[in-house]
Order: sequence, then structure tokens, then C-alpha cells
Amino acid sequence: MSEQPDLAKLVFGRLTWEAIPLHDPILLTTFVAVAIGGVAIVAAITYFRAWGPLWRDWITSIDHKKIGVMYVILGLVMLLRGFSDAVMMRAQQVVAFGDAMGYLPPHHYDQIFTAHGVIMIFFVAMPLVTGLMNFAVPLQIGARDVAFPFLNNFSFWMTACGAGLVMMSLFVGEFARTGWLAYPPLSGIISSPDVGVDYYIWSLQVAGVGTMLSGVNLIATIVKMRAPGMSMMKMPIFTWTALCTNVLIVAAFPVLTAVLALLSLDRYVGTNFFTNDLGGNPMMYVNLIWIWGHPEVYILILPAFGIFSEVVSTFSGKRLFGYASMVYATVVITILSYLVWLHHFFTMGSGASVNAFFGITTMIISIPTGAKMFNWLFTMYRGRIRFETPMLWTLSFMVTFVVGGMTGVLLAVPPADFVLHNSLFLVAHFHNVIIGGVLFGLMAGITYWFPKAFGYKLDPFWGKCSFWFWTIGFYFAFMPLYVLGLMGVTRRLSHFDDASLQIWFQFAAFGAFLILLGILSFIVQLVVSFRRRASLADTTGDPWNGRTLEWSTSSPPPVYNFAFTPIVHDSDAWYDMKKRGHVRPVAGFVPIHMPKNTAAGFVLAVLSTICAFGMIWHMWPVAAAGFVTLIVAAILHTFNYDREFYIPAEAVLRAEDARTRLLASHV
Amino acid sequence: MSESTASVALGAVGGGQALRFYDSGGHHPENGTLLGFWLYLMSDCLVFTCLFAAYGVLGRNYAGGPSGADLFALPLVAVNTSLLLLSSITYGFAMIEMQRKRQGAMLIWLALTGLLGAGFIGIELHEFANLIHEGNGPQRSAFLSSFFTLVGTHGLHVTFGIVWLLTLMAQVARHGLIAANRRRLMCLSMFWHFLDVIWIGVFTFVYLMGALP
Amino acid sequence: MVSSRAIGYLLVLSLSCTMLAGCDMVLLRPSGYVAAQQGHLVVLSTLLMLLIVVPVIALTLVFAWHYRESNAAARYTPEWDHSIQLELLIWSAPLLIIIGLGALTWIGTHTLDPYRSLTRIDAKRPVPDDVEPLNIEVVALDWKWLFIYPDQNIAVMNELAAPVDAPIHFKITASSVMNSFFVPALAGQIYAMPGMATSLNAVINRPGEYEGFSANYSGAGFSAMRFKFLGMSPADFDGWVQKAKAGAELSRGSYMQLEQPSEREPVRRYGGVAPDLFDAIVNRCVDQGKMCLREMMAMDEHRPSGGRPARESIALNLGLDAAVCKADNSAAGDLLPSVYRD
Repeated sequence: MSEQPDLAKLVFGRLTWEAIPLHDPILLTTFVAVAIGGVAIVAAITYFRAWGPLWRDWITSIDHKKIGVMYVILGLVMLLRGFSDAVMMRAQQVVAFGDAMGYLPPHHYDQIFTAHGVIMIFFVAMPLVTGLMNFAVPLQIGARDVAFPFLNNFSFWMTACGAGLVMMSLFVGEFARTGWLAYPPLSGIISSPDVGVDYYIWSLQVAGVGTMLSGVNLIATIVKMRAPGMSMMKMPIFTWTALCTNVLIVAAFPVLTAVLALLSLDRYVGTNFFTNDLGGNPMMYVNLIWIWGHPEVYILILPAFGIFSEVVSTFSGKRLFGYASMVYATVVITILSYLVWLHHFFTMGSGASVNAFFGITTMIISIPTGAKMFNWLFTMYRGRIRFETPMLWTLSFMVTFVVGGMTGVLLAVPPADFVLHNSLFLVAHFHNVIIGGVLFGLMAGITYWFPKAFGYKLDPFWGKCSFWFWTIGFYFAFMPLYVLGLMGVTRRLSHFDDASLQIWFQFAAFGAFLILLGILSFIVQLVVSFRRRASLADTTGDPWNGRTLEWSTSSPPPVYNFAFTPIVHDSDAWYDMKKRGHVRPVAGFVPIHMPKNTAAGFVLAVLSTICAFGMIWHMWPVAAAGFVTLIVAAILHTFNYDREFYIPAEAVLRAEDARTRLLASHV
Repeated sequence: MSESTASVALGAVGGGQALRFYDSGGHHPENGTLLGFWLYLMSDCLVFTCLFAAYGVLGRNYAGGPSGADLFALPLVAVNTSLLLLSSITYGFAMIEMQRKRQGAMLIWLALTGLLGAGFIGIELHEFANLIHEGNGPQRSAFLSSFFTLVGTHGLHVTFGIVWLLTLMAQVARHGLIAANRRRLMCLSMFWHFLDVIWIGVFTFVYLMGALP
Repeated sequence: MVSSRAIGYLLVLSLSCTMLAGCDMVLLRPSGYVAAQQGHLVVLSTLLMLLIVVPVIALTLVFAWHYRESNAAARYTPEWDHSIQLELLIWSAPLLIIIGLGALTWIGTHTLDPYRSLTRIDAKRPVPDDVEPLNIEVVALDWKWLFIYPDQNIAVMNELAAPVDAPIHFKITASSVMNSFFVPALAGQIYAMPGMATSLNAVINRPGEYEGFSANYSGAGFSAMRFKFLGMSPADFDGWVQKAKAGAELSRGSYMQLEQPSEREPVRRYGGVAPDLFDAIVNRCVDQGKMCLREMMAMDEHRPSGGRPARESIALNLGLDAAVCKADNSAAGDLLPSVYRD
């Protein structure tokens, strides 16, 4: 009967048993390891009867603090995947010379470098940045949550589902082999007919919706929900950078959505946006993707700058130097980041005047960035510096980032770029600024706010180990790449003819090994800190002698953050309160209006993922059913008007009393 | 800045001192829904801008095939446009009735808006079907790809707007003109007028500038 | 344009470089004048920026150490957070550097525009007035390079040669996906894109064998997409051309075979090239059944406005035989697959 195969084809599209890579030993081993790990986690949760609490307190939570923590966990888990990709690339590039072809054929290697870039940017850096902003900003502005708590939960699950789709591509089908930005015509249907680019498109579209909504959420929060008295110029500097970051998100991510949609139309419908024939123009893709891509890197770095500002000020025991200047610098960077995108493709053949214009605008951005660097320096000047782990990360950032910034300005000179574009020099530059800037900032921020989130500090010894391994590892891993770039070696190669290059790759592999030790030290730090949490406990809520409002709450804060909304009189509001002898209220509490937890965000995200999976594999009925169910579920959710409740005053009193006792017993 | 003078006992040092730093009045932050929706709408505007840009770059790449002048039936597009513009007016009337708290009248104006929107979509689908049947679908050339995508995306948004409108009508019928529903109606209002503005752009840059010499 | 100070630093840099084992940084010691100028810019820009970067790094370490908590001797001014003079300095110092760098950029970008014909053979010699550049047409295929010498009527796959001290004018395209034509010793790179031709002007000043490759990832065979660029004396170059003339002709048919994906192709020489082959490649009509992009674009530019029904336009303007049209006149449907599938 020809009916049955047709039905199977209709339901399963191009998904067949061949999609599961049983023949690939590396993937098979990974799958087995992941499966064992997954079973272990499920068993543990069952054993501790934690399914209920997991669902009630975390998955359906709309509390910005919990969502922030979940984002950070997602980012750290995906860091392990992205770093494994890096290790595999280093291992291949250290052996594949001359007749030795290495252990990764191009088919596999090319997926790895694509996945490495996509994962690190979209599923490590973005979630970590979003997570820290989610956690800290409402606390810093004296608010109880973000403006749209349900949307916040939905945003998180969309990001997590996007990550899930990328992880799925490991075991069902394959990933794109195009580089992290998937330029056409290579990513078009003719050159990449398989599912890889579709996994790429749909995971980014799903995650992109989450990021977009998160941007809207945080802007509305910062604009509308600041505590009374906190004018814009009295906001903590991290909140300022968060505001600018989210403006960038709202103004850049729609471009990504549009350009990926156009690429998917080319692949699914046969349109001619980026084809070689019938009038298409692949150069337009390059322009559009970088109009998104450049603001994206500022989305990553601005929150890190904000973290550094908070950390330098706190651990120097001094006001941030030049607050107004820092704000203006951040705003200028935000605006200028839209005027530089062409520097990513100077070599595409624009005329000299166009290239020079964009080169010069790129250099101009280094002026406010330099101003920030000096402001941090002069915050340290005549301060009293404590070398806690966050401060160590900051100092390393200050040294490392300027090197990366320098090579960036160098690349902004078009004729220099003509010889350095797409070389390992470029790879070294962007790792220099992303690791030295974004990652060091995130590590500083995680260490800084960890006590606030969990009630105990991270173990300093293992923190310092992680710091040193990362810093030294970074230099070993990437300084050789600068040299290789100057030797004319290009990126994305899986094999080399010239054996004289091998020594540099060996240095780089050693550096990767040190970074691995840094990551392991961080994991050890988490375990050790948990076990020693009693001795590392933060009982006052203010373990660092902080300056901003989040340090006025307990560690962790109560679900409502502030029993009474603070009234702000000066920047560095908490420092101001401490200086002027505030007294913590212990009675007279009122019921507090809070949003309810909901499963809707999780459900809608899962439905979106089902639809995306169907689209990837051409399972049209699945995609259609997923989409229709998604719309129906969303509409049904809007019929739920009962989304808020009151925390009774007695519950608030109980929580505040507990804190009063804690503060008294540890004086 | 508002130093509360409520005589609530806040313990320890005298009430005035402690009150300087805490708002004991049960502070309620301003509702951010309209701002949030406006931000989303501006991001949607950016998506349309990209599609307009794609049309700007590719809109004259006919690949040896038909151009807008060959394909666009301007009289029909004029009908289309009138329907959409009228639907914005009817929505405006619906909002006036909402301000006057006249639920019944408002629902009627909303229904009219939906019908006009449906008419707009119907004509557009008819236009698309004709083009595709003649072999001038989105695959024919980059011009047609960008035409179908820009106009089609707008049409998709209008369709979502109609679904939303029907949903809201049901919600108003069930719960009345409560604050939450009024906010939602205002959001839909912004959405609907926004689509109108986008259509004016489409009508001008795609149809008029494409068809006239 | 290169100051003696920079040359001094360059010497120090080169010296310290040659001391490092196997350190042959071709970007800083290339053999082509264009690449040499670009390398100088790299060094000069770096030195300019080090003026800021070195003090910043030094201050970071000095301040961190001097103002550490355990140093009771250091002054502590917790409320000092503002100084107009310092702000002016902080903003103006980088600004001045950037102004200098910006000027360098504007001038350098125009001088080193790949499309600009060479005016100098090297730092000392201008291009003589009567010298015409050597024309080389480059096609990036999957995953090999084809070099057509229109004036010599030869073509070579995966090997490029040019006489020393002669200006070269490259015209570059690709067959399927974006690549980047790059010979680091010679000049900067420029993208090779299907349906378009980019240009590069360069000159090789020293004989030798140099590396050439694609600098933009283009698929499975990318790592092996390398070729040798041979700088030779004019006599040797003539010999190289003669060697190629012994090969078979590169017809349209044999080119279309080359378009099939293949990796690690050995050097192949063609003793004749089909007329206007490169032009056909750029216009994507090597297959004579297809419409050339140039014609398509010319048609698009001169669209009649209004009036003519669409179907008639398609059949007429594509110059198709009426037999190609199907009964329901959907000629576009037939045309579509053949043009769309490369």
C-alpha cells in the first residue's frame, strides 16, 4: 500500500532513523554520557521528592530573582557545551598538519566551529548577561519585580528552548556548517540543503523572541518602577548600563528576526532575497546581519562595564569617579554602535570613502570607552582597595580589555583590515574583548551577587584559582593567535600544510587546558561553597559593604524584596542610608501586592519549540498543530485575569522578624 | 521625595528619622503596559523597516520578469486601502465609546472594524492568489519576493489583529470595561493604527511608486 | 610617510621577531608593495595606540598596588569623585590619538583602495607611463581557484604567477558562494562573490613562492582551497605562460565541469580560453541556455511602465523559443528550475 509510506512522510517529514548519528563515535559517546547524566539528575530529583518544588518554585516562578538564577544556570551549563567545542577545535588544530588529517573530518569540524560561536554568543553570554540584569536591576531600583513578570518567565523559557533545539541538533540531525552568522549563498538551500541551517534559524528565532521581550520588560521596569526619589541621574551605574543594553536589544533584535525570516523564506518557499540568481543579493544579508551583529556585542559588553563600575567603586570604598561622564559615555556608545557595522566587511568591496567613514566612526567609539577606563582608574586612585575575587577579575579586565580594544581599533583601519580580516588575528581580537571584557565581567558579577542570591559567599580560594587559570590561560590561548594572524593564517581551517605553525597551536592548546582548569575550579568552588555555606554565610545582607539598594535587603531577599519601598535621596542610595543613620523598620507592615506564579510561560515556550522542530524537519502537520495550539494556548492565557495576590501583613512581619533576629544574633 | 508623615510606629529612633528612607504607604509603581506595548510596536516597526529596506534594494530586480507596473491593479488596491483606513476610523469610534463607557456601542464599532479588516485581507489574498496563479509568485524574482514578504507580513499582522480583536470582544463581553480590558483595547488601538501607518508606507512606496512612471 | 621613529620601532620589532623561533610574520615583511604599505599601517597604528595603552596598563597595576587596603600610607579620599581637569584630559587624550589615527585612516584607505590603479611599483619607483597592468581574472570555485590570463589566452587552476615589479590588475568573482582572494605577501584580500566582479591592484617586488588561499569559509573543501603564487623574472614568466599554452582549451563545457565540487585538485594548465568566458562566469550564463545577468539587469532597467500584460512580457523579453512555453503560458514555471539550480 502506498498510503502508509505517504502518511509516514507527511507526519515525519524528512526525519528518518538516519538522522541519529549512530556511526559517529564522538557523538555516540556524548549521547551516552548525557543520557546517563540526565537519568542521574531525574533520579536525584525523584529521590529528594523535588518535582513539586521544582515545578512550583522554579519552573512556574515569575520572581525575577529566580528567573535570573535560572538564566545564569542555563548560561553556565551551555558554557560547558561551548567550551567542549573549543577544546575539540584546539585538539584538531594542534595535530592536523601535513599528512596528518586530525580526528575531525571537515563535515564535523565545520559544525563545531559554527556551534561554538552560536552557543557562546546566544546561549552563554546573552543568558548570563540577561540573568544578572534580571536579578540585580529590580533590587537596585527598589522595585518588587520587573514590569511584566509573566513575560519574564516566558522569555526565559524561550531562551532555554532555543538552547534545547541547538542541543538536539547534536543527536538528531546535524548543525549548520556555515560559521556563526550563516552567510548566504552558503547558507541557502542549494549549498546547505540539510537541516543544519534550519536548526540554526529556528533556535535563534525562538530565543530571539525571548530576548526581545526581555528587552521591553527591563526598559519598562527601569523607566516606570524606580523607587521614589531615584531620578535617572541617581540610578546605580549598573542600572544605567542595563537600560542602554535593553534599548540596544529592542533596537537590534528585530533586525535579526527579519533577516533570519528572509533567509528561511529563501530556504522554505524559494524566494530570492539572497540567491545568486533571479535578482537576489547576498551582500544585503551581510549588511543586515551586521546591523544586528555590532549592537549585539555592545549588548554583551555594556552590562559588564556596569558590573565593573559597581565592583570598582565598592571594593575601593569610594564613589565612582565621574558618574555623569560614565552615563554620557554609555549613552554615546549605545548610539554610536549603530554607525559602525560595515567594519565587519571592509573587504566586501565598498568604496574607499565608505570604508574610511565606518573606520573612523569605529575609532570614535573607543573614546568614550577609554573615558570609562580612566574613570575606573581614578575611582581606584586614593581608594582603599580590597582584593576580593570580583576585584581581581576587574583588574585583569582592565589590563586585558585595553589590549583587545587596541587590536579592535587597529582592525578598524581598512587597509590594515584587508590583511587581517578573517585571520586568526581577528579571532584573537574578539576573544580578547569577549573573554577579557564580557566573561571576566560576568565572573565578577556572579561572585559579587552570589551571596545576595543564595545567602553565602563563594569560597575565595577556589575563586582565585579560577581567576588565575582563566587569566593566564587566556593569554596562552590567544596571544599565539595574534602571531598566527600576522603570519597570514586564516580562520576556520581544519587542516594546515605548514608544520612550522604547530608550535603556536601547541601554546594555544595549553592555554585552553588552563582555561579548562579555570572552569573546573569554578565548579569546585560552587561545590565547596555549598558545603561550607555555614561558615561563608552572609547574615547581614551586605557582605561587601556595598553602596546600592540591593545590599539593604536580606540575603537572599524575601520574595517581595522590600517590605517598604525605599525613598532615595542620593546616588549610591544604600551608602547614603548607612551614612545618615537609617533605621530598618520592624513593624507597621502592610499587605504586599505580588504576581502569581504561572505555567503559561513554560507551556507556550514548549509549544513554540514543537512548532520549530516541525519546521526544521519539514513535519508540516506537527508544525501547523504546534502553531495553532500555541495561538490557542496564548489566547486562553489572556482569559486568565486572576494573576495577582496579596502577601498578608502577618507574613511580611514574620519574614522581617526572622531577619531582625538574624541580624541581632550575628552582631 | 515624598516624606511620609503617617504616624505609623516604626520602632527604634523617632518616627520622622526612620521614615525619611522608607515609603510606608504601600507604594504602587506606575503601570508600564502602554509603554511596554509601545516599545514592542517600535521593534515591530524595525522589522517592517528591514522589509522596506529589502524592498528598496531588491525592488527593481525583476529578473527579466514583470514589474509592479505590469502587475499592480491600482483600483483594487485603492479599495483595499479605503477599507483599512475606514477600519482605523471605526476603531477610533470604538475607543470614544469606550471612554463613554458604552460597552454595546463599542462592541458594534469593533465588529465593524473587524469586518473591514477581514475585507482588506480578503482582497489581498485574492490579489496574491491571482499573481501566483499567473506564475508571478514570490519565487519569480527578488522584486516579487520582497513584494510578497512586505505586503504579506503586513497582512499577517492585520490577521493577528483581527484574532486579537475577536478575543477582546469576547473578553469585554464577559468582564466588561474593567481597567485591564481598557488597557488591552488601548494596546490594540495602537497596534491597529500602527498597521495603518505601515500600509500608507506600503501603498506609497510599493504600489504607487512601482506602478506609476 | 613612515617616520624614522616608526622605522626604528619596526627594526626592534623585526629583530625581536626573528629571534622567536620560526616567527615569519609575512604581514610585517611582505614581498609586495601594497602589502608592505598595509603592514606599515598596522605597525604605525599600534604604536600610536600604545601611547595610551601602556600608561593605562601601568596605572592599573600601580594604583592597584599602591592603594591596596593594607597600605596605610596611601591617601584615602572616599568622597572625591569629580575633577573637571581630569575629565577634560580623559576625553581629550584619546580624542587626539583618534584624530591622528583618523587622518591616517582616511588617507591610507584612499591610497590603498584595492580598486585604485597602482601609481608606484615600490617606495622608490613610480609606475612608468607606458606600462599596462597585467590582467588576471580570478574565479573562486568549490574548492579550487581558476586564474585566467585574457591577454595571454591561457588559464591555470590552483597556480598563479606574475612577473616581478609589474603592476597586476585582478578581476575576481566566484561560482557559487562567497570566498575571499588573499595572497598575504602580495596585497590585502577582497571578497570573491558570485554574479559580481571585484578588483584588486597589486605588484610583487621579489621573486619567490608565496601562499595564496581563500580567507572566507566556503564549505567542506575550504581548508584545502590553497594555491601557490609565483613571483618570477619576466623571462621566467614567459616560460610559465608557454608551459600553460601546451594544455587543452578551457571551453565552456570544461568550465562547467570545474563547477562541480571537488577538493585538492592538482595544478592544471589550459592553453586557450573560450572567448568571453570570464564575462560569462560573472554574468552566470556560461550555460548558454541561461540569460546573462547583464541582459536581465538591462531589461529590468528599461521596464515599460504600465500597459503590457505580464505574460507577454515574460515570453518576449526572455527571447525564449515559443516551444518552451507550456500550454497554460506558465513559461516562468519552466524557466525557474533551470535558472535556480546551478
